[in-house]
Amino acid sequence: MNPFMVILLCFLIICAIFVSLSKNLLRSVVIFMSYSLIMSVIWMLLESPDLAITEAAVGAGVTSVLFFATLKKIQAIDAEEKPDEQEEE
Amino acid sequence: MSRKKSDEQYNKSFASRFFRWLGGEQDPYIGVVEMKPQKEPEGIVEAKSRHKNEIFRRIQSIYDIKHNKQYRKFDKLFNILSITFCIILVTVLIMAISYMPPVGSPDRPVNNEVSKRYIENGLQETGAVNIVGGMILDYRAFDTLGESHVLFIATITVLILLRRDAKRTDGKISDYYYEPKDDIILQKVTRFLVPVIVIFGIYVILNGHLGPGGGFSGGAVIGAGLILYQNAFGFHKTRRFFTAGTYKWVSFGALSFYCLAKSYSFFTGANHLESVIPKGTPGDILSSGLILPLNVAVGLVVACTMYAFYAMFRKGGF
Repeated sequence: MNPFMVILLCFLIICAIFVSLSKNLLRSVVIFMSYSLIMSVIWMLLESPDLAITEAAVGAGVTSVLFFATLKKIQAIDAEEKPDEQEEE
Repeated sequence: MSRKKSDEQYNKSFASRFFRWLGGEQDPYIGVVEMKPQKEPEGIVEAKSRHKNEIFRRIQSIYDIKHNKQYRKFDKLFNILSITFCIILVTVLIMAISYMPPVGSPDRPVNNEVSKRYIENGLQETGAVNIVGGMILDYRAFDTLGESHVLFIATITVLILLRRDAKRTDGKISDYYYEPKDDIILQKVTRFLVPVIVIFGIYVILNGHLGPGGGFSGGAVIGAGLILYQNAFGFHKTRRFFTAGTYKWVSFGALSFYCLAKSYSFFTGANHLESVIPKGTPGDILSSGLILPLNVAVGLVVACTMYAFYAMFRKGGF
C-alpha cells in the first residue's frame, strides 16, 4: 500500500466522520461530495476505471445535485439562519 | 488614406472596436458583462420569512432541552443505545472479516471456474476487449436488463410521488417563477463545458467494449451534463428537446430494443442455433456483436433517468 493511498484513506475516514458530525446540512452534502470524489480516485488506484467514472458522475455529481434540490425544496438551506427581528410581535 | 469600407461599416468591425478599446475610448465590459440582479418576487419574501420563523419557533418548542424532562431522558437513552449499537456492529463486522480467507490465497471462494472462464475465454466468446463490458452485457446481460428496468421503475415511482398537476399548480411554488435565469458567468462557463461533457459521455458509451466505461457511466455523465445545462439556461430551453414525451419514447425504445435483442440472443444460445450477429475483429469499434447497441440502449435509459429525476425534484414535471 503506497503512502498516497494511505493519505486518501485517511481523508475518506475524516470525511465520513464529519458528514455525520456537521450540523449544517448544506455543509454535510458538500463533504459527502468530496467523499465521493476521493472514493473515485481510490477506485482508479485499485485499477477499476469503470467504477471511477461512475462514482465521479453519480456520487459526486448527480446525487449531490439531488440533495441540493431537496434541501432547497424543504427550505433547509434558509432555515439554518437565525430568524429576523420582526417575528417578536 | 483611402478606405475600402465606409465609416459606418468600419465602426462596427472587430478591428475598430479593438483599437478603440486599446486607446481606452470605450470599456467593453460596461453594460455587457455585469450581472443584472434577478428580480426579487414581491410577496414571497414575507411568506418566506413567516415560514422560516414558524419553523424556528416549532423547533425551539420541541427541542427545549432545559424545560423538557422527557426529552432530556430520551436524549441520554438515545446516546447510550446508539453508541452500544455502533460498538456491537463494528465488533461483528471485524470478527466476520477475521474469519475470511486471506487476500490472494488460492482456496478463496472467488477463485472458481467462473472467473477463470471469463478471463480465458471472454475475448473469443464475446469479442469485447474490455472484459467487464463483455461480462455485464453478454454473460450477465439478464442482470443488466433488470437494472435498466429498476431505473425505469424508480423514475415512475418518483413521478407518482413528486408529480405536480398542471391545473393545481400554484405559480409561485413552481420553479418557473424564478425564470428566466440570467447568471452570465454560469451561462458562459456552461456553453464551453456542456459540449465537452456530452461528447465525453458519448465516447464512454461507444467505447464501452474497448476500454473502461460503458452504458451506465456514460449515461450518468450525459445526465450530469444535461443537469448543468438546465441549471444555466432554465427549463424553457431544455423543454425544446426534452419533454415527458421524449423521456417516454426514448426509454420505451431503448428498453424494448434491449429485451428483443437479448431474447434473440438467449433463444439462439439456448437452442444451439447459429447467431447471425457477427463478432467482428476484437478492437474495432464495430465489433463484439450486440454489446455496442446494448451499451447505447443502457446509456440512453440512464441519461434520461438522471435528468428526469432532477426535473422531477426541481418542479415535479419535465
